Amino acid sequence: MKESSAKARYSSIPDKIFDTTNIVFMLLIVTVTLYPFLNMFALSFNDANDSIRGGIYAWPRMWTWDNYSYIFNEASIYHATLISALRTIIGTVFSVFCTAMLAYTISRQEFVLRKFVTLVAIFTMYFSGGLIPGYLLIKELHMIGSFWVYIIPGIIGVFNMIVIRSFIEGLPDGIMESAKIDGAGDFITFMRIVLPLTVPALATVSLFVAVSQWNSWFDVFLYNSSHLNLSTLQYELMKILQTSNTAASSTNAGDQFAAGQSGVTAVTPTSIRATMTIIASLPIIMVYPFLQKYFVKGMTVGGVKG
Amino acid sequence: MENIQEVTPTVVRSPKASESRLQLFFKKLMQQKVLVFMSLPFVLWLFLFKYVPLWGWTISFQKFRPAKDLFDQEWVGWKNFNFLFSDDSFYRVLRNTVVMSSINLVLGFVTAIVLAILLNELRQIMFKRVVQTISYLPHFISWVVAANIISSALAPEGIVNILLTKMHLIDQPILWLGKGNYFWGILGASEVWKNVGWNTIIYLAAITTIDPSQYEAAEIDGANRLQRILHITLPGLKSVIVILLIMNLGNILESGFEPQYLLGNGMTVDYSENLDIFVLKYGMNMGNYSLATAAGMFKTVVSFIFLLSANSIAKRLGESRLF
Repeated sequence: MKESSAKARYSSIPDKIFDTTNIVFMLLIVTVTLYPFLNMFALSFNDANDSIRGGIYAWPRMWTWDNYSYIFNEASIYHATLISALRTIIGTVFSVFCTAMLAYTISRQEFVLRKFVTLVAIFTMYFSGGLIPGYLLIKELHMIGSFWVYIIPGIIGVFNMIVIRSFIEGLPDGIMESAKIDGAGDFITFMRIVLPLTVPALATVSLFVAVSQWNSWFDVFLYNSSHLNLSTLQYELMKILQTSNTAASSTNAGDQFAAGQSGVTAVTPTSIRATMTIIASLPIIMVYPFLQKYFVKGMTVGGVKG
Repeated sequence: MENIQEVTPTVVRSPKASESRLQLFFKKLMQQKVLVFMSLPFVLWLFLFKYVPLWGWTISFQKFRPAKDLFDQEWVGWKNFNFLFSDDSFYRVLRNTVVMSSINLVLGFVTAIVLAILLNELRQIMFKRVVQTISYLPHFISWVVAANIISSALAPEGIVNILLTKMHLIDQPILWLGKGNYFWGILGASEVWKNVGWNTIIYLAAITTIDPSQYEAAEIDGANRLQRILHITLPGLKSVIVILLIMNLGNILESGFEPQYLLGNGMTVDYSENLDIFVLKYGMNMGNYSLATAAGMFKTVVSFIFLLSANSIAKRLGESRLF
C-alpha cells in the first residue's frame, strides 16, 4: 500500500518537471556559490601578465607558482599570515576553554551564584558600550600595540556559552553524580568528565571562534594599524581591496599600468588579490565540511534556546 | 530527575535551626568555592570588558578631550545629541541603516525559506548533502574575502558584465559599485549570497519536526507537491518564522558594518554610510569621541527598546522562549 502510493508520487509528470527544475536550480546555486572561488583559484595559478588579456574563468591558462612564491617571499604578508595563524590557535584554545568552564558553572543547578552569573552574562548580549568607549578602555589598559588585544577582549562568547551550557544540561545527570560520589571536585569533574563528553559542542564553538579569529581585521585596523608587525592576513587583504576601490579605474587598468611601468612584471594587483583570497579562504574550506554535523546541531540548539 | 532538583532547594530554604538565609547563603558559597573560583575571573572579565564601557556613555554628555584626565572633562548636557538631531547627514545615515537592514531582513527571510523548502524536496540525499555543504561555504569566509570576490565580479571586466553583454542585455559594461542607486541592491544580493545557505539550517531543522503522516494523508487526498508545500510545510514553519521575524525586528538598526565599509566608496557614500560607519568616521577619523558615542548610544538604546517591544509581542503571541 505504502509502496504503491510512493510510486504514484514519484512518477507523475508534473512531479518530474518539478524535480528536474529543482535540480537545475540547485546546480545554479552551486555554480553561483563556487564560481567566484574557482575564478580566484584560476587567477592565482595563472601567469599574471597573461591574466591581463582577460578570459580567465574557472581554470588557469598558463600555470605558474609565481604568484604564490611572490607572496611568500614578501616578508610582510608572510609575517601577517603567521600572526593570523597564531591568533587563531591561541585565541581558540583560550576562548573555548574559558567559555566552557563558565558554561559548566552555570549548568550546575546547585550553584548559588548560577542565576547571578547567567544574568550578568546574558545582559551583555543586549547592551554594549559601543565603539568609542570600547576603544578608550583598550587604550587605558595599554593593550594597543600588543598581540593580546586579539585574545583577551574576546575570551568569553556569551552565545557560545549558551550552546555549551545547553549541551552540558543535556548530559545524563548520573555521570556527574557518580563522579561526585567518587570524590571528584567540580574542577576535576569539569576537566575529566564534562570536557570529553562535550566534544560535539566544543567542536561547534571552536569552529565559530577559529573562523572569527582567522577572519577578523577590524581589531587590527582599530588598535594595531600602526604596528605593522601585528598585522594579519585579512587586514593586508583589506588594504589591497581599499586601494583598488579608491583607484576608481578598473583593476585591469591598474594592471596594465603596472605592466607598462617595468615592461614585464612578475605580479599584478589582480593576481596578488586572487592569491591572497585563496590563501585566506583555504583553511576554512578545508575545515568546515568536516564539522558540519556538529555545527548544524549546535546552531539548532543555540538558535532555539538562546 | 528534574523534579528532585526542584524540591531540594525548598527543603534547604526552610529555616531549620537559628541560621538566617544570609548565613546559609555564605555557608553554601563556601562549600561551592571551586565553582566560585571557576566563574569569578570571568565575571570580573565581563564587568571590565562589557560593563565598564557602558559607563563610557557619559562621554556623550561631555566635551571629551583625549588629552585630559577621564574625571576632568567638561560636561555639556544634551548638546551632542542636539547637534546630532539637527545634522542632516545623521538622518541620511539613519535612513540608509533602516533601509539596508529592512532589505536584508526581507530578502534574507524569503530566500532562506524558499531554499530550505526546495532542499527538503530533493530526493537524492547525497546530492542534497553536497548542495547544503557548498551553500554554507560563503558564511564562513570573511567579508574581506567576500568583498574582494564581489568587487571583482562586478568590475567593468568582471563576470557579471561579461554575462550581461553576452546575453545582449547591456551594450556597455556598467560600473556597478560606482553608482549610488545600485548600492542597496548589491548589498542585499551580497548578503543573500553569503548567508542564504547558513540561514536554511534552522528552517530545515524545523521541517524535520513536521509529522510525516500529514504528508501521507495529504497524498491520499490527492494533494500535489505545491499544495503540500503550501498547506503542510509552510504552516509547519510558521512558529519558527514568527519568532525569527520578531527577533530580527529588534535588530532593525543593525544593518551590518563590514559589507558597507568594504564595498562602499566615495561615489556611493550617500547610500552606503550607515550608523556604524558614521560612528567610526566621527570617532576615529575626526576624533569627535563625544558625538560618536552619542550616536552609538542612540543606536543601542533604540535597539533595546525595539527588542523589548519585539519580546512582548512574541509573548502575547504565545512564543515565550525568546530571552
